[in-house]
Amino acid sequence: MTPIVIAFYLFAVSTITGGLMTVVSRNPVHSVLWLILSFLSSAGLFVLLGAEFVAMLLIIVYVGAVAVLFLFVVMMLDVDFAELKAEMTRYMPLALLIGVVILMQFALAFGAWDYSDGAADRIASPAGEIHNTKALGLLIYDKYIMLFQLSGLILLVAMIGAIVLTLRHRTDIKRQDIVGQMMRDPAKQMELKDVKPGQGL
Amino acid sequence: MISSDIQTVLPEISLAVFAMLALLAGVYNGKDKTAPMMVWLTSGMFVLLAAWIGYGGEGTTTAFGGMFVNDGFARFAKVTILLSAAAVLLMSQDYMTKLGLLRFEYPLLVALSVVGMMFMVSAGDLMALYMGLELQSLALYVVASLRRDSVKSTEAGLKYFVLGALSSGLLLYGASLTYGFAGTTLFSGIIAAADGGVSLGMLFGVVFMLAGLAFKVSAAPFHMWTPDVYEGSPTPVTAFFATAPKVAAMAMFARVVHDAFGGIVGEWQQIIAFLSVLSMFLGAIAAIGQTNIKRLMAYSSIAHMGFALMGLAAGTAFGVQAMLIYMAIYVTMNIGTFAFILSMERDGRPVTNIASLNQYAKTEPLKALAVLLLMFSLAGVPPLVGFFGKFYVLRAAYDAGLAWLAVAGVVASVIGAFYYLRIVFYMYFGAEQDDPLDRGMPPVLWGFLVVTAAMMLVGIVNLFGIEPLAQAAAATLVN
Repeated sequence: MTPIVIAFYLFAVSTITGGLMTVVSRNPVHSVLWLILSFLSSAGLFVLLGAEFVAMLLIIVYVGAVAVLFLFVVMMLDVDFAELKAEMTRYMPLALLIGVVILMQFALAFGAWDYSDGAADRIASPAGEIHNTKALGLLIYDKYIMLFQLSGLILLVAMIGAIVLTLRHRTDIKRQDIVGQMMRDPAKQMELKDVKPGQGL
Repeated sequence: MISSDIQTVLPEISLAVFAMLALLAGVYNGKDKTAPMMVWLTSGMFVLLAAWIGYGGEGTTTAFGGMFVNDGFARFAKVTILLSAAAVLLMSQDYMTKLGLLRFEYPLLVALSVVGMMFMVSAGDLMALYMGLELQSLALYVVASLRRDSVKSTEAGLKYFVLGALSSGLLLYGASLTYGFAGTTLFSGIIAAADGGVSLGMLFGVVFMLAGLAFKVSAAPFHMWTPDVYEGSPTPVTAFFATAPKVAAMAMFARVVHDAFGGIVGEWQQIIAFLSVLSMFLGAIAAIGQTNIKRLMAYSSIAHMGFALMGLAAGTAFGVQAMLIYMAIYVTMNIGTFAFILSMERDGRPVTNIASLNQYAKTEPLKALAVLLLMFSLAGVPPLVGFFGKFYVLRAAYDAGLAWLAVAGVVASVIGAFYYLRIVFYMYFGAEQDDPLDRGMPPVLWGFLVVTAAMMLVGIVNLFGIEPLAQAAAATLVN
């Protein structure tokens, strides 16, 4: 039992425990916290694999953003989780079926998978001595620059789409007109009227 | 190296940059007030790019390590996509303005989806294919639900999105299996890897990828989304769905089966032949009961995709040529038909009911004649252009030894002729009705309707010379 093996088992057990508790815990806030534990432990597993960049991404993106977002949603929206849980039994057969399919895929992948001749030469070779942050950079910004830019365009379309479908310009509310405010001329804004006693305007 | 790569994708880059600059200009200057100008600008840009690509460089160039292929086939498809997108965009302006839907983002989303289509037809790599496809689809999901106050339009967008995501999942799953077998995502590598026979896993990959692609071209049994999406979307968007994206998806289909799986024709030929037969019959039979002309056009497009797939099922260069000719003709007919559908109004409100066409020929003889020509052409009645499209694919299937498929195609087209002729029947011999459709028609729509109808007649001389072009295009894909 080297330290690495012990670390692996610790991370693996806490990942699975976290995942299990996410599903079964009664309090949704606890669920999210267990989920964060699961993310953190899998980040540890990635470090053990030598993929420290992916581990950091997992922590920054999933723990830092996604899980916090979940927490907000859970706390702010009035979702009846007990009712959702009750429906879980209804979807159990479907979930089991999907589980069986995944097991069959593992069987296909590890049991009867055939590679084509020379596939081993064609797959990307491990980066060797380069840090994997640098290796990823070389791939994303150099070899796959076209795909990277295309994904940028896809995100742009998503942004435009979100605005087109949700933004409504209401005309019946008052808006601040900054230029108008600054251009006000005091001399023109007031009119002095000489009101005679006993008479109205 | 990078400068030559950029040179190869310059048309795509120009269109993307144009879309982004126009977006900025629109946001800073008057928003939706600039929309009509944007529509014209974007259409002009499409036509310019089509001319650039059409008259530009010859030969085959690749960029980014083979991920982007610019060959005759891609150029043929891109010119068809750009011209049809330009036509549909111009047609949509009056309708959208009338319903208050003409937002300046609309032409830009169309432009971005066209960028995606151009990458799709030029893809030389599974990842590039997927990226192009998603760029295209995402923009289409948004424009489908553009009429966000209407339940039907929102439903159309949501259905399209969910089923589109499902089909992308199928496609990706197939792609991952293919990658697992070949060890590369480049088409050139996959075709080399599949040379020495394929394993069961790879076969699964091919099947899943074809299923995902069939979703995108709306071939039966993956057609379920088409009628609802066509009916719910604003009519100009429906017109767009029926033209450019269909050409792009079909061209991408051809590129995948020939560039990546060209060595294993026997493995996919049966699948495509099956998709083809099912689409032709389903499109022909299910359309009979429709009363909404947009739903009818949806089933019509399913049937037409069946015919185009018949060309692909042949697995030969002539088959690809027939498919390209068929798609070009199909797009022209659809532009004309939708120009008419867009103008169907009663008391200034758009109608899509087929029964409202009763006795149309009495009030509008010229337009009725144009629609008659288009319907006969869609049905494939000789000697109109639509007949030649069908004739080419039938011959391709027959030459490839798929005589049964050709016979099924003839039977399906006879069944399908019924509902096209029914529209003509309503127009000329339908029951009398008191409130006929409005008479006026925006000049742009009138122009497209009359010109495409005339093309159905004049085109029979030499099909406007697309035959040698399609032949050259197909020759670059299949060798």
